[in-house]
Amino acid sequence: MKNIHVSTTINGDPTEFICNPDESLLDVLRNRLGLTGAKEGCGTGDCGACSVTVNGRLVCSCLVLGVEAEAAEVETIEGMANGEKLHPLQQHFIDGAALQCGVCTPGILVAAKALLEKNPNPTDTEVRYWLAGNLCRCTGYDKIIKAVQSAAAEMRGA
Amino acid sequence: MRYAKPTTTAQAVSLLNEEQGISRILSGGTDVLVQIKAGMLEPDLIVDIKHLEGIKDITLEDGGYRIGAAVSGAQLGEHEGVAALWPGVVEGFELIGSTQVQGRATMAGNLCNGSPAADSVPGLITADAIARIEGPDGTRDCAIIDIPVSPGKISLAKGEFITSIYLPKRPERASDAYLRFIPRTEMDIAVVAAAVSLELDVDGVCIKARVSLGAVAPTVLLVETAADCIVGTKLDDAALEALSVACSAVCNPIDDKRGTIEFRTHTAGVLAKRAALIAYGRAGGQK
Repeated sequence: MKNIHVSTTINGDPTEFICNPDESLLDVLRNRLGLTGAKEGCGTGDCGACSVTVNGRLVCSCLVLGVEAEAAEVETIEGMANGEKLHPLQQHFIDGAALQCGVCTPGILVAAKALLEKNPNPTDTEVRYWLAGNLCRCTGYDKIIKAVQSAAAEMRGA
Repeated sequence: MRYAKPTTTAQAVSLLNEEQGISRILSGGTDVLVQIKAGMLEPDLIVDIKHLEGIKDITLEDGGYRIGAAVSGAQLGEHEGVAALWPGVVEGFELIGSTQVQGRATMAGNLCNGSPAADSVPGLITADAIARIEGPDGTRDCAIIDIPVSPGKISLAKGEFITSIYLPKRPERASDAYLRFIPRTEMDIAVVAAAVSLELDVDGVCIKARVSLGAVAPTVLLVETAADCIVGTKLDDAALEALSVACSAVCNPIDDKRGTIEFRTHTAGVLAKRAALIAYGRAGGQK
């Protein structure tokens, strides 16, 4: 299998890597670029633990080939905090204990950020539907929805 | 596996046509990459069509919309024009998968995956949508109903692929709707599905209808006998009952853990009735 050279932008940084044509973007991020925030849960697009955005669209990075990142803009959880300052969503997830084991958390934060960019004032139902593709086996979701709503309120005020 | 990223349809066609092994189109990848991962599919060549000109565009054409084969569900859902003209098509497609899946999945891909439970297909069939196909013999247009052949199989020949789907224009007082049954609220495959598209006259009488059922036969069905039951009516109870009976009569579903034959057959009629009422209301019909 012939390796392919890819030039892309990840969290605003021009990045280059070499990967196999059948390698997922998730595997590239984790194994070649050391960005281990995105997690592999199911590997089939059901759980959302690998959520990233590609050209502004929320996607499962396990269902994107690494080679498709050529000339694209990829955003991952590693780009969410501003230096040492956490994003309001990250802070509210900690403050509201909206996580336990934490495996689903990076994906949920990336997905929630994409929601609030599109809809800064969602209803609980809208948050639940938007996050339906992000499975959490610990929290029962309630605290996640509350944390997203408190972050959204803070971001609207800011 | 080799990965190719053609920039012209001619290149894409010759890549697909000349490949001796197994080739697959990559657009959204939400089916094909899952199949590869699961070991169900080992392609020799993947042809990524997302870099073809116009493939991600939604364009107004003769009062209808041409939807490029790489337009994602998220992109389609954000397009107010398409959602206003063909709400049933858009709501069917948007039911597929999660927000993440919608960020990538395409209608052409949903169609070419060949599932009898494909959520976007009944709506496309009732819309009388047309697939534009490029292939070694040039360009051809094909009605959506003629694309699925059996579960996982479609009628496209070697070297052919869909570049766009055309949703035709429609008169005033016309609309459509799609409903599916799943045992949960999100993230599931249709156990039964129904789409209805209809056109009313000024008095609210249905003058044209198309009815389609998903997941009740090896391919998505167009049920003309059911459409005939509501044409000439204002969707009164007797007409709706006849529609429901006609739908159940054509069902030939499988029996599995997700739904029995009996359940699917009954529910097809119920969903068709409800979808017809939603479409009727959207078209401006008063009950």
